[in-house]
Amino acid sequence: MTTLDTDISDARTISKIEKASESSRKNLTSKGASVAAVVIAVLWTVPTAGLLISSFRPEADIKTTGWWRIFVDPSFTLDNYRAVLSGSSQYNLSEYLINSAIITIPAVIIPISVATMAAYAFAWMQFPLKNFLFILVFALQIVPIQVTMIPLLSLYVDLGLAGGDAPGGGFYTIWLSHAMFALPLAIYLLHNFMSEIPGELIESARVDGAGHVQIFTRLILPLMTPAIAAFAILQFLWVWNDLLVALVFGGGSPDVSPLTVQLAALSGTRGQDWHLLAAGAFVSLIVPLIVFLALQRFFVRGLLAGSVKG
Amino acid sequence: MSAGEKILQALIVIALFFAVVAVILVLTSRLRSRVGEYIQSTAFLLPTLILIGVGLLYPAISTIRLSFRNNFDKLWVGFDNYQTIFTDSDQLRVLFNTALWVIITPIVATLIGLIYAVLVDRARFEKFAKALIFLPMAISLVGASLIWKFVYDDNVGLVNAATEAIGLGRHHLLINGPWNNLLLIVIMIWVQAGFAMTVLAAAIKAIPTDIVEAARLDGVGGLKMFRFITVPSIRPTLIVVLTTITITTLKAFDVVRTVTGGNFDTSVLAYEFYVQSFRSNNAGLGAALAVLIFVLVLPVVIYNVRQMRKVAAR
Repeated sequence: MTTLDTDISDARTISKIEKASESSRKNLTSKGASVAAVVIAVLWTVPTAGLLISSFRPEADIKTTGWWRIFVDPSFTLDNYRAVLSGSSQYNLSEYLINSAIITIPAVIIPISVATMAAYAFAWMQFPLKNFLFILVFALQIVPIQVTMIPLLSLYVDLGLAGGDAPGGGFYTIWLSHAMFALPLAIYLLHNFMSEIPGELIESARVDGAGHVQIFTRLILPLMTPAIAAFAILQFLWVWNDLLVALVFGGGSPDVSPLTVQLAALSGTRGQDWHLLAAGAFVSLIVPLIVFLALQRFFVRGLLAGSVKG
Repeated sequence: MSAGEKILQALIVIALFFAVVAVILVLTSRLRSRVGEYIQSTAFLLPTLILIGVGLLYPAISTIRLSFRNNFDKLWVGFDNYQTIFTDSDQLRVLFNTALWVIITPIVATLIGLIYAVLVDRARFEKFAKALIFLPMAISLVGASLIWKFVYDDNVGLVNAATEAIGLGRHHLLINGPWNNLLLIVIMIWVQAGFAMTVLAAAIKAIPTDIVEAARLDGVGGLKMFRFITVPSIRPTLIVVLTTITITTLKAFDVVRTVTGGNFDTSVLAYEFYVQSFRSNNAGLGAALAVLIFVLVLPVVIYNVRQMRKVAAR
């Protein structure tokens, strides 16, 4: 609580100082400007709020009246959530929720484990063709994933990785694809961070007789934790929210499809079932929202760097 | 598969990759010499090179070759697939829609992001106000599409209620072209404005105060300050934001697929690629569409990377 209190009093003093200079400093923030800001904020919030409110309204109400009627005639229910999550309904989102998690966790860990090693090699080892290979990896960031998909899918089929009888129940195609598409960006981000570590640190460790493996595991990896965390969050949100990769490589099979695939399918086939679509949408949104709100700092930092990915 | 089996499979694949890393580290840990370093670096890079080679390099080259073949007997057909894209009336509609998306989305999203960033800069609830606009970035495009499909709904949607209330009547919003395209573009703008706002807000905060103060002493204020001080100072960042949103927009197919399924003349390049490649079994045309996306993205990315260097150098 004490930290919170100091935060608040800090904020107060700051806001006092700012207020004092506000009139001189601020130009656009007149009354009209405040109104414009509020209008934008409302426009950006109302659509989400509408669907969120609707997800708690009884089916009959949603289908006949707009969600804003809730303020005149309030009635709430959790039935919609019960219906989409239960295994007996055709929605059965709890199974797809599990699929999303099963896809996402390895798809975040695999590229990180592979990319940290590669980034270390590019940053601190000497070998022939180093610059050429690094530029190649950097350049591959810009290949849109669409360009790779047709041949990659037939390759998976030839290798026997696709389909329900394949090893891992068909998840390998999705895991590997996400890992491959993430690697160029992961290596680039981690390399940038790694080359900022002072060279003297590495040199003195080498003088003390440490080899690359010892330096990598004992010295570099602990220092890399913030960068790895930043990339992990980006990749987590990217994989969790992905539709294209899961759709193409999972082939729409309920065994391996994540929430996004099922929701998109329901939007097409059961587009009028708003009581269930609304609840379903928020089941899928809740995880990335929690991750985002808890770890916003890292996310914003990695945002620009990751913007040209796949 | 049961949930338990799936978790087991996930653990197996994670263990597999950790084992590869561990084996490489253990096997190369004793190497010290210069030649040893070559072997070590090869081992460190091997998993990456295999994954990138198999997953990106080989398929990209293969797709380019495929785009020059016909679909049925895999014969070389030269530029026929590309010719289809630029002559077939359905495909021309796709190109027109894509142009709409790529021109409108970056400009409007950046404009709104910029205006909002300036408005809330140093305002009382700055953090909260920013989070509101930024939140759509965290959710999936499928989720965003559902949120807006509900706004556009024929019976209980907000837009129809509003148009009826002001006497304009009810409409089947998503069916009537070409306006339905604009309604889909609104969804992308809604998502991307948060990105623009966050990046631009950081750039605005980085404008040196002495420039702002000097301008103020000269009597510059309000809109003039915005036009002559703020915008020129953050110009490289503005270009980075514009190009980044352009790239994202060119590659996104989720909105079209979720809201209209490409019906009612709303298909775009990235969605058409998906349909031709994986629904209509028209791999040759699909490959050509993918290559076209690549060709369109390439100059934008190069420009983007150059501007990003400028921003980083500041």
